[in-house]
Amino acid sequence: MAQTLKTTPLHELHISLGAKMVEFAGYDMPVQYPLGVMKEHLHTREKAGLFDVSHMGQAVIVADTHEAAAKALETLVPGEIQKLGIGRQRLTVLLNDSGGILDDLMVSRSDTDGRLNIVVNGACKEDDYAYLNARLPAGAKLERFDNRGLLALQGPMASEVLAKHAPAAAEIKFMRFAEMQIGDITAVVTRGGYTGEDGFEISTWADDTQKLAKLLLEDDRVEPIGLGARDSLRLEAGMCLYGHDLNPEISPVEGNIAFTIGKRRRTEGGFPGAARILRELADGPARLRVGILPAGRAPAREGAEIQSTDGTVIGVVTSGGFGPSVGGPVAMGYVSTEHAATGTDIQLIVRGKALPARIADMPFIPHRYFRG
Amino acid sequence: MTVMYTKDHEWVRADGELYVIGISAHAAEQLGDVVFVELPDVGKTFSKGDDMAVVESVKAASDVYAPISGEVVEVNAAVVDEPAKINEDAMGAAWFVKIRPSNKAEIDEMMDEAAYKDFAENS
Repeated sequence: MAQTLKTTPLHELHISLGAKMVEFAGYDMPVQYPLGVMKEHLHTREKAGLFDVSHMGQAVIVADTHEAAAKALETLVPGEIQKLGIGRQRLTVLLNDSGGILDDLMVSRSDTDGRLNIVVNGACKEDDYAYLNARLPAGAKLERFDNRGLLALQGPMASEVLAKHAPAAAEIKFMRFAEMQIGDITAVVTRGGYTGEDGFEISTWADDTQKLAKLLLEDDRVEPIGLGARDSLRLEAGMCLYGHDLNPEISPVEGNIAFTIGKRRRTEGGFPGAARILRELADGPARLRVGILPAGRAPAREGAEIQSTDGTVIGVVTSGGFGPSVGGPVAMGYVSTEHAATGTDIQLIVRGKALPARIADMPFIPHRYFRG
Repeated sequence: MTVMYTKDHEWVRADGELYVIGISAHAAEQLGDVVFVELPDVGKTFSKGDDMAVVESVKAASDVYAPISGEVVEVNAAVVDEPAKINEDAMGAAWFVKIRPSNKAEIDEMMDEAAYKDFAENS
């Protein structure tokens, strides 16, 4: 190994559970456990899966008041942060000056005034933090929380499992969070996740993360789930993987995540690349992220060319594979907007052959969030 | 019956004048759950080392190389219909193709069971 990989607080546990480890975002991470990707995926949709997402970056934007912190962050993201309620979380994107996406991130408002918690992608965190440090206006600063671990508990039984240790968890609604005790561990529990299922993301001090993981895994309904199934689950849920489905060239409008742009901000602008993004909102983008269902059984992977039925190149697959819950191949990618309508027949070039496919709505598997 | 192996984890077993080809149980285990298989058409000819078939797990696609030169005379449609067979019986029911070899000597360059076992454990 050329460079030493970083490890999460669960590293020992992954090894003891028999995980196959791979490099991901600079960390030595479990890609699968002995159960295997297929069964891990299906188990999560049926019961509950536990994911180590401690490689993700947890940090806080700090200012004197909420208004000051929110206004500061709004100079770099298009989301409505000023009106974000206490205890609420929102997805938005960090933008470069061309309106391209540097990262997608969760922002939540603490009940301590002037603190906005953020969770950023592991692979992007150092660049994100450097960008925030360089660009946050005076009066707001970034505090890293490198000493925290993050677990995701996902699946239809996640709520019952967690409520056994922390009854208050069952009451939290989608995209809200609360601090609570899970057993004797203090945790910040957010309802949501990356699988399309009901579930939670649970942040604790890194010293407690392994203890919490072991506690949750004691429940027979919970299996540890690796990055392989995490990827197939999020793909079926129609969610983007940064660096694949989103990158610095792609705007949130093109990325079909315009919901990350707040209503007020669509008239006021005031975020990097606003001219482009507001123009794309008004006139439509030149390309759009779409769902793709191959007609046959061959998966089309990242990089596969997308053609119209007459053979013209119209785009490229950015994520693709086999969807265990769909029972067949699924993909997403970018096509020029005139070909982006649901139901449009297209073809995918896989190993030199043109395979029939069509543009499909996402998610491929309906989301099952708890909205109370 | 003697089974011979390549360093790319294909196996070859004689069946009269033909050779049956598949991927090893070790390879199947490394791939994980196989969800798609693409086999060549009957009548296609290969030189040793050519891309011959594709197996895909949930995670990734892997090429299967022709372990021996020759012409495909039969393909196993059952494994295309049910790729999971590869995880259940890679060395038996989940064979891929039968080839009429054009150079039988090529099989002598492959590993026998013991040599392959050693190779697979240490690679």
